[in-house]
Amino acid sequence: MMARGSNKLSPFNITALALGFSFLYLPIVILVIYSFNASRLVTVWGGWSLRWYVEFFNDRAMLDAAWMSFRVAASSATLATLLGTLAAVALSRGANFRGRALFSGMLYAPLVMPEVITGLSLLLLFVALDAERGFWTVTIAHTTLTLCFVAVVVQSRLGALDPTLEEAAMDLGCDPLRAFLAATLPLILPSIAAGWMLAFTLSLDDLVIASFTTGPGSSTLPIRIYSEVRLGVKPEINAICTLIIGAIAVVIVGASLAAKLSDARGESAAPL
Amino acid sequence: MSAPSIFTRPARLAVIAPYLWMALFFLVPFAFVLKISMSQTAIAQPPYTPVFDLTAGWEAIKAAFAALSADNFRLLVSDDLYVLSYLRSLVVASVSTAILLAIGYPIAYGMARLPRRWQSVAVMLVIVPFWTSFLIRIYAWINILQHDGLLNQVLLALHLVSAPVVWLSTDSAMYLGIVYSYLPFMILPLYATLAKLDPALLEAASDLGSSPARAFWLVTFPLSLPGVAAGALLCFIPIVGEFVIPDLLAGSDSLMIGQTLWLEFFTNKDWPVASAAAVVLLLLLLAPLLLYDRLQRRQLEAR
Amino acid sequence: MTDDAAKAAWDADSARPEPQPAADVPLLRIDAVVKKFGAFRAVDRLSLDIRAGEFFALLGPSGCGKTTLLRMLAGFETPDQGRILLDGKDIAQVLPHQRPVNMMFQNYALFPHLNVRDNIAFGLKRAGMPRPQHDTRVAEMVALVKLEGLEKRKPDQLSGGQKQRVALARSLARRPQVLLLDEPLAALDKKLRESTQLELMELQRRLGLTFIIVTHDQEEAMTVAGRIGVMDAGRLEQVATPRELYEAPGSRWVAEFVGDVNLFEGQVEQRENSRLAIATRDAGTVFVAEPRQPVTKASVCVAIRPEKVKLSRRGPASDAVNARAINRLDGVVTDVGYLGGLTTYKVKLDSGAVLRSSMANTARLDLDAYSPGQRVVAWFTPDDCVVLEQ
Repeated sequence: MMARGSNKLSPFNITALALGFSFLYLPIVILVIYSFNASRLVTVWGGWSLRWYVEFFNDRAMLDAAWMSFRVAASSATLATLLGTLAAVALSRGANFRGRALFSGMLYAPLVMPEVITGLSLLLLFVALDAERGFWTVTIAHTTLTLCFVAVVVQSRLGALDPTLEEAAMDLGCDPLRAFLAATLPLILPSIAAGWMLAFTLSLDDLVIASFTTGPGSSTLPIRIYSEVRLGVKPEINAICTLIIGAIAVVIVGASLAAKLSDARGESAAPL
Repeated sequence: MSAPSIFTRPARLAVIAPYLWMALFFLVPFAFVLKISMSQTAIAQPPYTPVFDLTAGWEAIKAAFAALSADNFRLLVSDDLYVLSYLRSLVVASVSTAILLAIGYPIAYGMARLPRRWQSVAVMLVIVPFWTSFLIRIYAWINILQHDGLLNQVLLALHLVSAPVVWLSTDSAMYLGIVYSYLPFMILPLYATLAKLDPALLEAASDLGSSPARAFWLVTFPLSLPGVAAGALLCFIPIVGEFVIPDLLAGSDSLMIGQTLWLEFFTNKDWPVASAAAVVLLLLLLAPLLLYDRLQRRQLEAR
Repeated sequence: MTDDAAKAAWDADSARPEPQPAADVPLLRIDAVVKKFGAFRAVDRLSLDIRAGEFFALLGPSGCGKTTLLRMLAGFETPDQGRILLDGKDIAQVLPHQRPVNMMFQNYALFPHLNVRDNIAFGLKRAGMPRPQHDTRVAEMVALVKLEGLEKRKPDQLSGGQKQRVALARSLARRPQVLLLDEPLAALDKKLRESTQLELMELQRRLGLTFIIVTHDQEEAMTVAGRIGVMDAGRLEQVATPRELYEAPGSRWVAEFVGDVNLFEGQVEQRENSRLAIATRDAGTVFVAEPRQPVTKASVCVAIRPEKVKLSRRGPASDAVNARAINRLDGVVTDVGYLGGLTTYKVKLDSGAVLRSSMANTARLDLDAYSPGQRVVAWFTPDDCVVLEQ
């Protein structure tokens, strides 16, 4: 909007953008390049090579952790999408129900809550319940965190939606539930998909909460990477990180395709 | 008029599952944190006493309540280690938020002035690093900042320094890591408010005799304050409790509260003290959290 | 398919018997309906009968409750008190999808993810209509609103006028007993709005359906509707034909809301020969024809539409004066507004009050046109005045 009319980009604006984006991307680019470094010394360039990728695929513990992370991310993202979408529907269509302030507070607080607090409190709950810690406790913990992100993403789309569409569907013979399914769900589907992908990557990314809530013998990938990184830089880690970045890039391309799809339907793209 | 009443009832049914979930896994756990923060450390499993046993009868529960004490909180207040961690956390978070604002504002402002179709590309470019792993982004900086890392190689090659500079395990590295990781959280809310500003307002300001700089300070900046507040809170609150970045990039001589808590919990196995530290941290963050909740609610619900 | 063919198909396929209640039983009866939002009474003990086949308009300023009333007819709001009888059955608590009533929304509310065809078919699918019948009906509706060839388009590929037609076709597809139209033409530009008004009337007449339209545009209401209900503050001020509403407004509020009007407050002074003499402060004694309903209060208000006020340099010809007691007022032209078809004048009377007059520009060259500063005589007949009680 601001670009129209007399507002041209000033040299100051261009400098800010150029510096800003190189700051954001340069470290990642460097990391990716060094993952193909043949040299064992991370800092000395020894030519292009895939040996660290080979190394990773022979690292049993790392692979186990990656598989665990993937399972946790997929199941927690699915659960979070389900719950988060329900929460968004309740908040944007449910008017002022009892306990609404508490509910929205519980949804928005985890977005900024320091992870050490969330992680510690969940662990204490699991201990008190005497739950066996591992896949399920991490999945529950990640669902709790990521459903809030899903709720915010879906809620902002629902809020921007024309409420008369559902009324029109009802007028034409749908009961309230079918009106939602026929008129609203197709329109918020891209946001729900974006919410799922966000939940998936957040779960894949999390170190702190997983460290608190997992049990012995079931490390997630970030936990493994973290313990390796503490010991110093290893080229294998660069390779793993590059793979993760690649996987996330695939997810993002999927997300923007979903956004394109919804654009083609004449809507604005989903946020985030 | 709010949502039509016929949709209200079915929509309210939708709240049940997420409500119960968040109550059980977000609200109830705080009760446990509070309870254990007033317990004693024990070499047992779980490593604290008293343990509430609801099957043991009323007397036992009363006895367990009686055993709760504020000792851990007294320890936190009297021991410099904890007080200094809290202070350091607040200082680091404030300084980082200020730096983030100084860097993020010009970027968000530039984005808002891009041609329309480039704006969505720019937003995407800001979001992508946010989707890439936090840990990976910190690790990327370790690559660059280490003793024989790229930064020192470049500095040496340019003869700007004569010997490699120690970057890792310093506060500068930590601030760099924090700013790098939280920059998208600052830019996005700022951009969201700046992009919504009507350009006609600036035209009106210049029509009424303001120079571009004055128009910015008199019109754009005041109107972007909600974005500034959202971005600042979105960064400040989690940075106070940050663990990974100071742990990997800063030195170990002074700790942030997140690190102290982690240390008490994982290394010292002192769950009660760790819980007490979490309670105090939560109390410190209560005001900004409530403020953030209000902002978020206004943004998402007041349409 | 031509229009006539569409009409024929429509008639032939009318499985449901047309509602033909006895003339004195209305199709729709709104009975003492109250709707409150908090402490605010959006609709306040409102009663109204609408006959089958009527084109009825609800007219009023924004916030008068007309949209709330319409939404209660559609079922999106439920009345706090009162009944809504359709064909004798109380539907006040029936949910929207179970009512034989359809609505055309102000913003059209077309489903953006469905094409024209699927939008129109939406309600038919819900009704469980078998495929062949359903295809015929959609084709019929497309022909009815002249959208042939656009069936595969998505709503965002349509112009405003085309969207309006899709919305209309969609709401007519289920053959509602009553079609509700919420400001259906508000989003169209003036020219298109006028031609669409005529098409709506034509459609309503041919299909013989009952249309209820909500609008804040009085010209629109007068053009399309057979009867108009004027609403203010949740109540019906007057229900009448367009002509009655304009020429015989029931209250001072209606007189002021519908069209322009000159108002003079005064006291009834004398009554003779079915004529009242009313002493006004601003216009002296005004003679008015005695209304059908006798005036009961002494303090009244005289209303004269501007186009009934004639201007001349010397006053009306003397024989006209003899025929009827003419009201004549002297003044000075202060303002002239040339609007093409007519010209409006503001005349400052010697009493200081301002009188408005408008005159049709019947000749292209009018050398006699009045100009500001000119002294004129304004006159009007007793029959052109309406007496309103305060």
